[in-house]
Amino acid sequence: MANVISPLPGIFYRKPGPGKEPFVEVGDTIESGQTIGIVEIMKQFTEVQSDTAGVIESFEAADGAMVNPGDTLVVVREGQA
Amino acid sequence: MRKLFIANRGEIAVRIARTAKEMGIATAVGVSEADLGSLAAQAADENVVLGPAPAAASYLNHDAVIGAALELGCDAVHPGYGFLSENAAFARTVDAAGLIWVGPPAEAIEMMGNKAEAREAARRAGVPVLKGTDGPLDPEADALEIARAIGYPLVVKASAGGGGRGIRFVHDESELLRTIDMARGEAAAVFGDPTVYLERFVESARHVEVQILGDGSSFIHLGDRDCSMQRRSQKVIEEAPAPDLPDSVRQRMRESSVELARQCGYRGAGTVEFLYDPVRQEAAFIEMNTRIQVEHPITEQITGVDLVREQLLIAYDGVMSLSQEDVAFRGHAIECRINAEDPDNNFFPSPGRIVRLAWPQGPGIRVDSGVGEGSVVTPFYDSMLAKLIVHADDRPAAITAALQALAETEIEGIKTTIPMHSKLLSRPEFADVAHHSKFIETAPDMLEAS
Repeated sequence: MANVISPLPGIFYRKPGPGKEPFVEVGDTIESGQTIGIVEIMKQFTEVQSDTAGVIESFEAADGAMVNPGDTLVVVREGQA
Repeated sequence: MRKLFIANRGEIAVRIARTAKEMGIATAVGVSEADLGSLAAQAADENVVLGPAPAAASYLNHDAVIGAALELGCDAVHPGYGFLSENAAFARTVDAAGLIWVGPPAEAIEMMGNKAEAREAARRAGVPVLKGTDGPLDPEADALEIARAIGYPLVVKASAGGGGRGIRFVHDESELLRTIDMARGEAAAVFGDPTVYLERFVESARHVEVQILGDGSSFIHLGDRDCSMQRRSQKVIEEAPAPDLPDSVRQRMRESSVELARQCGYRGAGTVEFLYDPVRQEAAFIEMNTRIQVEHPITEQITGVDLVREQLLIAYDGVMSLSQEDVAFRGHAIECRINAEDPDNNFFPSPGRIVRLAWPQGPGIRVDSGVGEGSVVTPFYDSMLAKLIVHADDRPAAITAALQALAETEIEGIKTTIPMHSKLLSRPEFADVAHHSKFIETAPDMLEAS
């Protein structure tokens, strides 16, 4: 398992914007470098990418949750499904 | 019974509460859950939680704001700047709820929110406008011919745009028609209105603006300000009066701004913004802001007029306390916006707890702050913490005073833009008024770690 962690404090969003589809869902296969969410801080938006290819195992932060640097956002099961 | 509901946060909420109290008006402020411990929450006589931290669920929630104002027995709503201040629908809802709206009529907000309409109103009032289409570009018209008359480079702007959005550059004729088509499609998708207009593009322009007041029958100006020092179209340092303007340009800007207010039957505080071309020595209308602005203190310092007091007088009594003859100008004022950002790390936001805070003191120093020692700067809102304002006899003295005041300011626990202000105010370009609205982006040493 690999964790995707938040590099900064802020609000975690799973969607690129209101009314849009989430970047990824549990069970999705992702590539290394793929965006899994956004962290907003003081009106600045930073995309968070996974360093690992694999399958999304779980979300550890809810959509709209406050996160701190180092908090796990997503757990990825490495390798193929 | 007079009780004012402050529908805002941070320094402007504190600022509004201060003047209201001086006038004997009771105050209440609506805050988000994240702002319960803020200076703004303490500044008013009462506070109430509007909703959770995200602004959409609290500060921007019309029902929560109006409901709180009514429940606390308020008879008026002051929106400050940002958030709901230029929302015509909200202004109408305040009226419909039987509350006094401390701002211009919804129609004035709407008209000035439509850039092509605002430009047309400005032209009628004799406000100089940039060469361009007078009003919206007719989709049937010969755009190539119109563009030739304006000259290149030019910009295609969405009527419903603003704040730097909905603008496209056209460098020469080959790009024109395609860019107009793209801009129309984009404006329809983003703003729900495909209307665009064309305007000449001015390089190295300064941003100059005129503060006006109106009560529906009298209309005055309170001089001009220069807000050219910007980063990504966000103002960083402002000063009043605007330096190095030819008298004829200054007079025309001021008088035509008053005329624009008169033609709109304007009520409240407003600002007419201009782009000043130092090469041609020409000013041209950009837009009108129908609210109190962040930089209003520098006008207050050089005129001695409390703008929030005038806003409240106009809203409650229908008349302002001043006529043009009462307005006298003295000295020079500079404002630095102190943001929780790290200038050495590409202005990355810097939330956290302010563990130590000491503001400068002395004659001519004013600090409008939304934070104190121990305040927690949350990640939810914009990064402006406070404004440091100095007033001195002339511009060189004001620059010296500002540098000294910045040097005396101590903020620990978070990063702030104070070091950037010291650098900018020390630049010869600022002293010589050779800076412009893209200066920071074109001065690489401003963006590097020191």
